[in-house]
Amino acid sequence: MAGGAASGGSARTDTYREARHWLLLPSWVVLIFLILIPVLMMLVYSFLTKEFRGGVIWEFSLDAYDQFFFNRGLFGDEPPSIEWTYITIFWRSIWQAGAATILSLVIGFPTAYFIATRPEKVRPMWVFLITIPYWVNLLIRTVSMKFVLRDQGPLNDFLLWTGLIDSPLHIVNTNFAVQLGLFYSYLPFMVLPIYASVERYNFALSEAASDLYAGKWVTLRRILLPAVKPGVIAGCILVFVPSLGSFLAPDLLGGAKNFMIGSLIEEQFKGNAGNWPFGAAASMILLSMVLIILIVFARQQARAEKGGA
Amino acid sequence: MQVTDDRINAIDIRNAVKRYGDFTALKTISLSIRDNEFFTLLGPSGCGKTTLLRMIAGFEDVTEGEIFLFGDEIEKLPPNRRPINTVFQNYALFPMMTILDNVAFGLEMKGESKAAARKRAGEMLELVQLSQFSSRKPSQLSGGQQQRVALARALAPSPKVLLLDEPLSALDLKLRQAMRFELKELQRETGITFIFVTHDQEEALTMSDRIAVMSAGELQQLGDARDIYERPSNMFVADFIGETNLLEVEVDAVEAGRAQVHLGGGHQLSVDAVEGVGKGAKVHMSVRPERLYLSEGAEGPESLAGTVRANMFVGTDIQTLLDLDGGVQISVRSSNSERGNKRVFEPGQIAHINMEQGAARLLAD
Ligand SMILES: Nc1ncnc2c1ncn2[C@@H]1O[C@H](COP(=O)(O)OP(=O)(O)OP(=O)(O)O)[C@@H](O)[C@H]1O
Ligand SMILES: [Mg+2]
Repeated sequence: MAGGAASGGSARTDTYREARHWLLLPSWVVLIFLILIPVLMMLVYSFLTKEFRGGVIWEFSLDAYDQFFFNRGLFGDEPPSIEWTYITIFWRSIWQAGAATILSLVIGFPTAYFIATRPEKVRPMWVFLITIPYWVNLLIRTVSMKFVLRDQGPLNDFLLWTGLIDSPLHIVNTNFAVQLGLFYSYLPFMVLPIYASVERYNFALSEAASDLYAGKWVTLRRILLPAVKPGVIAGCILVFVPSLGSFLAPDLLGGAKNFMIGSLIEEQFKGNAGNWPFGAAASMILLSMVLIILIVFARQQARAEKGGA
Repeated sequence: MQVTDDRINAIDIRNAVKRYGDFTALKTISLSIRDNEFFTLLGPSGCGKTTLLRMIAGFEDVTEGEIFLFGDEIEKLPPNRRPINTVFQNYALFPMMTILDNVAFGLEMKGESKAAARKRAGEMLELVQLSQFSSRKPSQLSGGQQQRVALARALAPSPKVLLLDEPLSALDLKLRQAMRFELKELQRETGITFIFVTHDQEEALTMSDRIAVMSAGELQQLGDARDIYERPSNMFVADFIGETNLLEVEVDAVEAGRAQVHLGGGHQLSVDAVEGVGKGAKVHMSVRPERLYLSEGAEGPESLAGTVRANMFVGTDIQTLLDLDGGVQISVRSSNSERGNKRVFEPGQIAHINMEQGAARLLAD
């Protein structure tokens, strides 16, 4: 403190700096106790030995990671070959989460644009309408969706009635059902950040573009999209990341064939059949993947900004 | 018939009306803007200047009426199909593009190759003396520089008409005055019709070939700077443009193009008659303060005696306020120069007010 004062900082800014440390305390508590410690615990558990009825034995082991990536036969005595089961599940999860993200973007972007271009007074009402279904619990929403989509459900009844199809569409227990479920679970996370950035967009830029002979699509692609890109990226991350680890929609709408990482991890901690270190290892792998994706995004963003300047 | 009457007008607005719900922003405007003209729309805030400009550009629908561009009806065309470009009030430069790409944008959209568009954009930047900034982003330029980029961007595709919505309002006084000159020069060099919107009368008077004065969605007067300043057609224009004395008069007789009128205090004057003002009419008369002068004694039968109330120093001029009989106030400006050799009257003194030939103008409403 004395050093700070000597180097010219006034008493007032020193007090301010000190106060700032204390004001940040709650954030630090949350970060440390709710994020850092649990992640570290997970990391530690992933390197322990499994206890057969759930739980762990405190003995260092690489078994969990080994089991994830390698197949050593039923008794573990064969030469290791690559274990595709879990990698396939991961790959499917990425694919499903990606498809759900694209679906959310395709539906969410026009929705957000629509809301942001309404008169200022009615925009909060539109935002509220979008979020209404999300006051209902996710489990109930997902189960209801299964009822809507099933072979004898209202959707098929309606399509049959209109004559568009003459036998029910099998939607439940397909990849598409999972994508729909994920899309519906996380749509507001796509709409809200895009809405926020479109609302801040200076529409005079679109007018300027059309004044300079640009059509609607060119204006969208070359002027509007680059301007609202941060909102679009935020929305994609906010939908993709929870979709990747989600287990409700895949369990309820996808059936056994369409297993995703979230369900795999969930099973490891359920009842007596689980394998805690394996669940922890799968979580750590998922976490690393998410981090890698975020870093790639962030770097691209930084490069785009620097390249443009 | 005059030659100018045969030429096709750059813009013809016929009975254009603009309504927003039950609010009428423009009430039946008809207006012709000639080719190669520096045309100004002048009026107070909210009178509908921007609305009219945006209708010409295509950003606003026309509720009723037609707009023609060199004889072609355009009011139904979208903005990107009108060969008209706009310099926006806050420039609306594309923030993520370089200056060069901003200027090249319109040319590219018109179908020119990227290389050709950039070459021409470079030339335009040279014209507005910004070549050294071509790879910068708009946010890295000063307001005046951004203004010139907006100008270059709008001129690059060689529009038939250029629209400018208060392009100078964000600049400081010195820069604004310099830009007035540059704009006028640019218009002359390019030969493009400029339609310029402003609420600054000095800007309008110094730059324009013709001015349309608007108020509350209506056209008040159309003419060159002299017409508008010296022959205002109504109270609004007389009051809005420059400074004036508006005096209530009653018309006693009209004869041979002259009207005999008297002021509230009974003082009689003879002024040019105007259409629509006959015997017995109670109307206003406008007299510019700089066309009045003070003298010690009466210089003619029409000299008015008044009591000096105050003198104000306004740099180039000295302004004297006088009280006349009947509670009328008059302001007189005399130039602040030695050569003028004019006497300065002190407050409380009696002075005579004299009018130059043709200084007073009767106003129909
Ligand atoms: N979208 C709109 N909806 C309703 N009224 C509008 C709309 N746009 C403009 N107006 C009204 O139309 C009138 C004219 O507006 P306009 O912007 O043309 O004025 P202006 O002459 O350009 O004024 P300023 O000098 O302040 O820019 C104003 O009374 C304004 O409130
Ligand atoms: Mg305006």
